[in-house]
Amino acid sequence: MGRLAERRRLVLRVNGRDLEGWAEPRMTLADFLRDELGLTGTHLGCEHGVCGACTILMDGRSVRSCLLLAVQAEGHELLTVEGLEAPDGTLHPVQEAFSEAHGLQCGFCTPGFLMSVVELLRTHPDPSEEEIRTWLSGNICRCTGYQNIVEAVKLAATRAREGARV
Amino acid sequence: MSERAAGPRTIPPEELADLRREARPPRHVGARLRRTEDRRLLTGRQRHVGDLRVPGLAHAAILRSSFAHARLTRVDVSGALAVDGVLAAFTADDLRDRVGPFVESGREEVSPLLYEKIDLRIEPLPMRVLADGLVHWVGQPIAAVVAEDRYVAEDALERVEVEYDPLPVVADAEAAIRPDAPVLHPGMADNVVVRFRVEAGDVEEAFRRAPRTLRRRFSMGRQVANAMEPRGVLASWDAGREELTVHLTNARPHLIRTFLSRMLGLPADHVRVVAPDMGGSFGTGVFPEDVLIPFIAMALDRPVRWLEDRRENLANTRHARDQIHDVEVAFDEEGRILALRDAFLVDSGAYNPYAITVSYNAAAHLRGQYRIDHARIECRNVLTNKAPVTPVRGAGRPEALFVMDRILDVVARELDLDPIEVRRRNLIPPEAMPYPMGMPYRDGVDIVYDRADFPGQLEQALKLFDLEGFRAEQEAARREGRRLGVGVACYVEGSGYGPHEGAVIRIDPTGHVTVHTGAKPHGQGLETTLAQVCADQLGVRPEDVSVRAGDTALIAYGVGTFASRSAVTAGSAVGIAALRLRRRVQEVAAELLEVDPGDVEVEEGRAFPRGAPERGLTLAEVAAAAGPHPRARVPAGSGFGLQAEYYFVPPTVTFSSGTHVVGVEVDEETGGIRLLRYVSVDDCGQMLNPTIVEGQIHGGIAHGIGNAILEEAVYDEEGQLLTGSYMDYLLPSPTEVPPIEVGHQEFPSELNPFGIKGVGEGGAVGPPAAIANAVVDALRPLRIEIDRVPLTPERLFRLIREARERKEAG
Repeated sequence: MGRLAERRRLVLRVNGRDLEGWAEPRMTLADFLRDELGLTGTHLGCEHGVCGACTILMDGRSVRSCLLLAVQAEGHELLTVEGLEAPDGTLHPVQEAFSEAHGLQCGFCTPGFLMSVVELLRTHPDPSEEEIRTWLSGNICRCTGYQNIVEAVKLAATRAREGARV
Repeated sequence: MSERAAGPRTIPPEELADLRREARPPRHVGARLRRTEDRRLLTGRQRHVGDLRVPGLAHAAILRSSFAHARLTRVDVSGALAVDGVLAAFTADDLRDRVGPFVESGREEVSPLLYEKIDLRIEPLPMRVLADGLVHWVGQPIAAVVAEDRYVAEDALERVEVEYDPLPVVADAEAAIRPDAPVLHPGMADNVVVRFRVEAGDVEEAFRRAPRTLRRRFSMGRQVANAMEPRGVLASWDAGREELTVHLTNARPHLIRTFLSRMLGLPADHVRVVAPDMGGSFGTGVFPEDVLIPFIAMALDRPVRWLEDRRENLANTRHARDQIHDVEVAFDEEGRILALRDAFLVDSGAYNPYAITVSYNAAAHLRGQYRIDHARIECRNVLTNKAPVTPVRGAGRPEALFVMDRILDVVARELDLDPIEVRRRNLIPPEAMPYPMGMPYRDGVDIVYDRADFPGQLEQALKLFDLEGFRAEQEAARREGRRLGVGVACYVEGSGYGPHEGAVIRIDPTGHVTVHTGAKPHGQGLETTLAQVCADQLGVRPEDVSVRAGDTALIAYGVGTFASRSAVTAGSAVGIAALRLRRRVQEVAAELLEVDPGDVEVEEGRAFPRGAPERGLTLAEVAAAAGPHPRARVPAGSGFGLQAEYYFVPPTVTFSSGTHVVGVEVDEETGGIRLLRYVSVDDCGQMLNPTIVEGQIHGGIAHGIGNAILEEAVYDEEGQLLTGSYMDYLLPSPTEVPPIEVGHQEFPSELNPFGIKGVGEGGAVGPPAAIANAVVDALRPLRIEIDRVPLTPERLFRLIREARERKEAG
């Protein structure tokens, strides 16, 4: 079937580094990140673009990595959950706020939420509760009832306004 | 039989009493500690089944039935085998004589005591790993294809040829019991797989004397658990040692080991089952793939993984609810319920792997917080051509509460009384506690509610909700033509189900403490809370304790996490093992310090003579002295090492409870429901970590909100699933879940040394009843009755339209 012949080398810019793997044209970006690059922090909850667990940032904007092909991400800047923590191990203010406010339980949807929240706070530094809930309505969490996620976002927003870098 | 042999081997009351005295007062327990598991979960470092890297891994995909009921006349995998990259394919033919019958753990686990006490019959009906001859639901596994990658495996599925000879479909519970219904499983007389009848008091007499009676039918649609991580199974076979290792998304690794050893014919200790990080669970169950993938790994002598996709998940994994209740109550003019009769059907789907778990839970919790001494409950679990039902968060309780709190509401409106006042009149008063309910629990032990204050709980919840303020808001809104309503629901939950859970606690040579347990957290934060329990009872800091779970290699016996049981059972086991380990530290330290063991204090990870903390030893020093080695300083005959093992076998479940109050706004024109505020006051005894308790309640309530207004697995009359994706199956998002306020009562349980009651499921129990009652309240002038959830806008729109037509017709 000539399957292997279609695979090609692909270099993607992820978390500030050029990372290389092999991909068929039909391979999703999520599968490439997870299986080729070993970045398994990006999770697959529905593989049809509804649950938001696979959300990453592409050129600063949130995308569903299950709905993009790996080849479409060539030449773009990608940010995944693995890129949030500082090199010295300091948690990103949004990560810190999620832990402090108990905004996660099983943690499976969490990477997608974190990426959506980073985008929210970069574009809306002082979101209202309604704005937070609407913004996050593309991410599903089955554990938290969202209450403490919303609290975490408010906390992170306060910290960001006080100077923390999001 | 001697008297000694007659009693159950649960923890004896005198031992419990001793432990309650010995238990050290909570210090870290009860604190809002931040979770130790968070860092790995926040940085993408957790490891789910799909994240594991194994050299030489092959990938399986599963072909599933597209018919709800059919005879398989041909299953031909030769086309799939011709696809480049495909390694093998399997059908029922390959499994016959090589895989034993599916273990019926649900039936095997039913207490013999229960059979003695109630009228109960459960038909044997082992599930199939792959469909053999017949298919019984859309999504049932028929064949598996294994390939070098998942994409190729999925491609090759399309080359498997299956010919179906369709058979008549039974699409709902009522159709299943019609006299002319096709019998779905050969060898069965009909489609009824469970029958039971349980009675408390004298129902007939109570009905005869009652001034009024009323009957209604209530039903709840089918819900799917929807853990955000779909299931996965990864199996590796060591042919040289004949050892099987299975990593899978299942919170009952020890039970899976039992299945695998029995079905695949291996010694149990040649099977290691590991549940790595799990993205939720919200229910329990052993599934065909849990056995199929290990079988394939053995057959191919290669590691194999299957990862469920969401479509497979929605068609197979943890379907729940789907009950129809015909309930009748006898009551007086003040709205006091005098007696109750309920006959209900559970649509179990194509198999009934969990026997009576869900249906008996519904019966045992039906009367909730209310004093109804005379009750008769009859149940039939029936088979249909849908996915098998398993326990999901609440597991029978949301269905029961919906029936009870709705009928109470109907009684109140019939008598023109305030439904909240009618609740007050029916709640079991605190002075009557502990209250015997006159029937056994599922473990066969007679139900006695633990000490609690139900009326106090209701008043606390109403105050937190500000009922008076809401009533004023409601009136103001009514004048503007907006419809606001308030609804209440009051539940109990038997939590901490047995038979046991255990803990092995070790102090290593560095003085660090590791707890091993058979409970398997999947979001509940047990790595934090069990460390809090251990820290208090051992005398160390929580950060000195690591909790390891979810691996049969860690501990000999385990049950797992479900049924709001882990804080109660594993928490007790950890606490008791830690107390024992503390005694051990005391006796070894006593040798070194040359004092009496009773005079050794253990605090903050140091052992010292009472009153002389400066003479302290680190736990590393005590561990070094404990051996094993010839120079060990241990009391003669006491053995070596610093380790304790304890299995807690609770006498029965412990009852937690909760009261929910919700405010809603209903759009009369569209049938849309907006939740304005949600209040919960719970009693889960001694809280291990209030932040985590509140998180459990928030999540449970969101789950229940889905159950109440959004979520339903819908099948058509041909048994085709119409809700196979998240475009059709609607989960609550942040915009549907309102702010939730949580209050607590803390009545410690007397059934374990630390006063713990379970809280994992309670939140999910209340919302369907509370929300339905609130919608009825909002639409009071229309006098609608809600008899089914989910109350989707379409369903409510129709109810409103019918009510208006009735009103116009006069």
